[in-house]
Amino acid sequence: MADLTTHIGSLELKNPVMTASGTFGYGLEFADLVELDQIGGIIVKGTTLEPRQGNPYPRMAETAQGMLNCVGLQNKGVDYFCEHIYPEVRKIHTAVLVNVSGNSPETYAACAARIAELEDIPAIELNISCPNVRQGGMAFGVTCEGAASVVKAVRAAYPKTLIVKLSPNVTSIADIARAVEAEGADAVSLINTLMGMAIDAEKRRPILSIGTGGLSGPAVKPVALRMVWQVFDAVKIPIVGLGGIMNATDAVEFLLAGASAIEIGTANFIDPAVTVKVVRGIEEYLDRHGFRSASELIGLAHQS
Amino acid sequence: MRKYQLDLTLKHLSKPRPGYVLLQLTDPSAPLPEMLPGQFVEVRVDSSASTFLRRPISINLVDRQENELWLLVHVVGPGTQAMAELNTGDRLNVVVPLGNGFTLPQRPASEGEPCAEGSSESAVAPRYLLVGGGVGTAPLLYMGQELVRRGCKPTFLLGGRTSSDLLQLDLFGKFGEVFVTTEDGSAGERGFVTQHSLWQTATAEGGARVYDRICTCGPKPMMMAVARLAGEKGIPCEASLENMMACGLGACLCCVEDTRDGHVCVCTEGPVFPTDKLKW
Ligand SMILES: Cc1cc2nc3c(=O)[nH]c(=O)nc-3n(C[C@H](O)[C@H](O)[C@H](O)COP(=O)(O)OP(=O)(O)OC[C@H]3O[C@@H](n4cnc5c(N)ncnc54)[C@H](O)[C@@H]3O)c2cc1C
Ligand SMILES: Cc1cc2nc3c(=O)[nH]c(=O)nc-3n(C[C@H](O)[C@H](O)[C@H](O)COP(=O)(O)O)c2cc1C
Ligand code: FES
Repeated sequence: MADLTTHIGSLELKNPVMTASGTFGYGLEFADLVELDQIGGIIVKGTTLEPRQGNPYPRMAETAQGMLNCVGLQNKGVDYFCEHIYPEVRKIHTAVLVNVSGNSPETYAACAARIAELEDIPAIELNISCPNVRQGGMAFGVTCEGAASVVKAVRAAYPKTLIVKLSPNVTSIADIARAVEAEGADAVSLINTLMGMAIDAEKRRPILSIGTGGLSGPAVKPVALRMVWQVFDAVKIPIVGLGGIMNATDAVEFLLAGASAIEIGTANFIDPAVTVKVVRGIEEYLDRHGFRSASELIGLAHQS
Repeated sequence: MRKYQLDLTLKHLSKPRPGYVLLQLTDPSAPLPEMLPGQFVEVRVDSSASTFLRRPISINLVDRQENELWLLVHVVGPGTQAMAELNTGDRLNVVVPLGNGFTLPQRPASEGEPCAEGSSESAVAPRYLLVGGGVGTAPLLYMGQELVRRGCKPTFLLGGRTSSDLLQLDLFGKFGEVFVTTEDGSAGERGFVTQHSLWQTATAEGGARVYDRICTCGPKPMMMAVARLAGEKGIPCEASLENMMACGLGACLCCVEDTRDGHVCVCTEGPVFPTDKLKW
């Protein structure tokens, strides 16, 4: 049987399948429905230094092969996570990563520093798609300078594996990836949601409370795959690929495009057991094609 | 309560009224899991290409003898339309049971004996008034069944625009007294449920119609009006909300209601809320 072990910097995962932040809660919500221990890694809900109430309802709209959300990072803050959630999630026998957000380089760094104290959290994923309060709400992740400023501050405060999650709402994702690599990111993950919107024709107004939201699900997969492909050529650090992965074939395509690991988000809503099915499916693919390890697939499509 | 993802088999499909379908589902391989009135299931609709997310549907009834789970569905769009077009023998993937459910009295020592609510010293079984409108009556049938099993005698007040919006009246009749309103007067008293004459004598204590608790499910304006009446009379009231959902598991935070405790997930901390928690 093929070896599924995956490395992201110094972080070792038992297999390349992780859950995407904001779509799998703290993992515990899915405990009855999927064997959490069999998932390669669980990336928990976006966490900020201070508690956040998030945006008003309605926060979601269904779209063709996908959905829009504008949850707005509702969470109880990093202290609550450390005191109440961490003691529970550390019992799960897989890598548990925290997705960290903020509104200034300082708040990102302060939140990351708190997480660094937690022995059983081996890595963080930095969500740089959040609005930069100082620059009028524009996301850090949409400019090289903004992205670099956050990664620099966090790198100084966080010694463990640092994954930086990139926004697809940019002109050149390769440039952003290079900028965060230069500041010492150990890996990049992509993509976060694509900006979109939905309008209710009968009511003649936007469906989401704040007008726009982030698109996820199979609708974004071709865009995500293309971006992983481009970033693979641009940086040396490992890539975590995500966006619209619904099954093992989708996951394999991301590995072939250059991802070392993948994340599954929206698909968890359709099949709460999808992650473990994808793990089994990747294994089956490797055996069927005579590969000895999942790592042999990384970037293979570039060689053709 | 443990959750399951199950492939249920459609045993019987009926159309009690135009625009409504009743799905009677079974698990051929195992007894259906434990579930409570007011809880719901998330249905995966494989046969509709435009239906990407699961659809939340209330548990209408659980028939333990037949090992059946009933879903009563109002056809309003492609997802519910696809459910109406299922055939006997088709598989339907559901995640069940989800949400909290209505407040139930303690289970009696032996079946059919009067029961007490919580640690209440009162020996009388708590008196429930269940108020539903449209397809919102669906979870109240299972609630009625469970209340009877616990020795209570619920009263039902069911409303619709017209008589053809009133569903399963014969079944409700088996579990308690049934009152009906229609907006056009085609059945029962004319008007909204909140205009029914029973409210004139309904009180929290010491009147002709004493109620210890009101449970309501239906269109939001109806539930708000019921909550207001219940508040005036000092009767504790619970309402079942129908916010749009993505995961149904408390993971995505899409379904939140802005309550007196802040944004809370309707799919896990609800769908049933004491109405005094809501900012109505
Ligand atoms: C906890 C819960 C329990 C429910 N129980 C039942 C039930 O027992 N029987 C039943 O028929 N329906 C029930 N619903 C509502 C049901 O989920 C929606 O009607 C269904 O999702 C519509 O799907 P569709 O694809 O047919 O229509 P869509 O095309 O998705 O929508 C058609 C119309 O219905 C509205 N709608 C969609 N979803 C909802 C929703 N969640 N709440 C209110 N309006 C909605 C849309 O705004 C649109 O105007 C319940 C909803 C919740 C949250
Ligand atoms: C409801 C919802 C909430 C999300 N919350 C977060 C978040 O808190 N932090 C983050 O980095 N990404 C968040 N995302 C983005 C996902 O992690 C993922 O990048 C995106 O959905 C694309 O993957 P998918 O198509 O597999 O869902 C969220 C997505 C959804 C649908
Ligand atoms: S629907 Fe996802 S949290 Fe309620």
